Amino acid sequence: MLSVSNITKRNEFYLALVILSLVLLLTFTTDQFLTLGNLLELFTSYSFLGIMSAGMLVVLISGGIDLSFTATATISQYIMSTVIIEQGGNLFLAFVIGAAVGLALGAINGMLIHFIKKHPLIITIATLNIYKGLLMYFTKGKWIYNFPMWFSKPHDIFIIENSEGYIFPISLSLFLFFIIFIVAAFILKYTKTGRKIYAMGGNKEAARRMGFNIFGLTIFVYGFMGLLAGIGSVSHALIVQTVAPNAIIGKELDVIAAVVLGGASLQGGTGTVLGTFLGVALVAIISNAVILVGIPSYWYEILLGTIIVISVSMTAYNNKKNMRREAEIDVA
Amino acid sequence: MSLKKTNPLKSIYYRYPNLSLLWGLFTLTLIMFSISLPGKFFTISNFSSIAFQLPELGILTMAMAITMLSGGINLSIIATANLSGVVMATIMTTMIQGAQSPQGWIIDLAIAAGLGAAVLVGLVNGIIIAFIGVSPILATLGTMTLVNGISILTTKGYVISGLPEQMQFFGNEALLGIPVPFIIFALLAIAIGFWLKKMPSGLNNYLIGSNETATRYSGVNTKSVLLRTYMISGLLSGIAAIIMISRFNSARAGYAESYLLITVLASVFGGVDPNGGFGKVGGLVLSLFILQMVSSGLNLLGVSSFLAVTLWGVLLIGIMIVQKYQKKQVG
Repeated sequence: MLSVSNITKRNEFYLALVILSLVLLLTFTTDQFLTLGNLLELFTSYSFLGIMSAGMLVVLISGGIDLSFTATATISQYIMSTVIIEQGGNLFLAFVIGAAVGLALGAINGMLIHFIKKHPLIITIATLNIYKGLLMYFTKGKWIYNFPMWFSKPHDIFIIENSEGYIFPISLSLFLFFIIFIVAAFILKYTKTGRKIYAMGGNKEAARRMGFNIFGLTIFVYGFMGLLAGIGSVSHALIVQTVAPNAIIGKELDVIAAVVLGGASLQGGTGTVLGTFLGVALVAIISNAVILVGIPSYWYEILLGTIIVISVSMTAYNNKKNMRREAEIDVA
Repeated sequence: MSLKKTNPLKSIYYRYPNLSLLWGLFTLTLIMFSISLPGKFFTISNFSSIAFQLPELGILTMAMAITMLSGGINLSIIATANLSGVVMATIMTTMIQGAQSPQGWIIDLAIAAGLGAAVLVGLVNGIIIAFIGVSPILATLGTMTLVNGISILTTKGYVISGLPEQMQFFGNEALLGIPVPFIIFALLAIAIGFWLKKMPSGLNNYLIGSNETATRYSGVNTKSVLLRTYMISGLLSGIAAIIMISRFNSARAGYAESYLLITVLASVFGGVDPNGGFGKVGGLVLSLFILQMVSSGLNLLGVSSFLAVTLWGVLLIGIMIVQKYQKKQVG
């Protein structure tokens, strides 16, 4: 039921409040922030991070975690760019290659996690090192710039024109970001697989005894993460037009931070696509705010860190309070 | 089961399944590299270089491992070490510029301030985790970002170099042929081993990792134990910082960031249970030696150092599979 008290209990509500106050603050203090151009550019540059965060959300809901997806993404990027530079192809092929490599590496994670039965954090730290080492060995750390013409030209899905005649292109990357969020929301909310993933995150043993195919679900979850890492990496290559070994690796924890800010729990079983979107938006807006207001950029990490600490502390405090309330009822 | 005379090796194996496994791997690595690299691997110079390289990662691994033993994790160790290093380097460079000759007390003061900063970060971690009840991974993810930000702000992103000559002692000199950083590492390993095995807060640290609620109900002040664990973890990061700035001869935000996940790898490889409660310092030391020997051996063989990283990951997966079957066998 949608009542006011229900809304105020939801994590998304507070997140939206924080974002709203930031937006208001920025709108009044700077004149560039609330322009279509700035917002489009901002979200385009965060689109690859957003795409990957959708995958991370699904992993966290299932009660797992994946730290190797940045290496997966970078391997996808290298294989994709090598093929399209040497063999030619088209944009569709580029995405298919990226997605396929990501899916395969993600499925390997899923298999190892299922069969070794150790904490996914540890397994994916191992695969992160395996993937990263192989990547560096085969690429020798070389950057790739020489993309074919068809890859380098702007890829706009459609163009918005305002009353003054300015045009604002909606890039393919931004478009994909939204499409993937819609798809992820659909899977999580309206498919059996999605509901089973929530159940598995809530209580894996109970889900197993219900007869859910835990192996299949695990493969799906980590495969989906890998798939989105692959797609996100092609999208990243489209935006920055270079492929470098250290461009995405090292950002694992940033993505997790954004998803956690969005209300997903590392214990599994909770998290929403809307929350994750707001989490990514919050991170993006903070970085934009630092630039627009003219604060030296080294304040960015301090701001982000403070927000993470306050947000996770508040969540933990509220949970504790709720548990205490429940405990009192038990005693009475 | 019959009560016949049992093979002593077998009974040791049943008593210490994980340590036996690590000793086996250690011996195997040593023999394999010594045979494939005659006159190169089993030499004083190679082991001396291992002893110079190992302590930095080793001390950071202990900082990680003690929090994992309590069922937590500390993602802020590298950020803490860098902040601590930045504090030390800032005090040294600014105060020594004025003075004619570098004075010992300035260095002592700088190191004390750096270690203080590191313990302070540990205290903050401990408060957030023990008193507010945030899960360790999230709490330290936040403080990692925050502390990193503070280092970046202090240094404005630059490298602080020009450390006094005396600082070389901690990272690059040797006493009686033993590298100073290795002596520091060995002393710390003994101290942490003693703390975990003999002191109440160390033992309680294990208990919290096994079952926090049960430990609390049995009358242990779990909050104060956790607080201490994270402060010790901070202190260890600070001590690693002394060696780090000495070896780099500079300090900066963002040094050694790739070590963060390696410390988790080394801890689990050394037998620390990711869910907490189990793990020994001896296992950690063996794990660090094996990993370092693999990387230096491959380096001597002329194999790309990147493959060493891959091999570390493979070793971790491998040991986890073996542990799974060991559990069935040993029970």
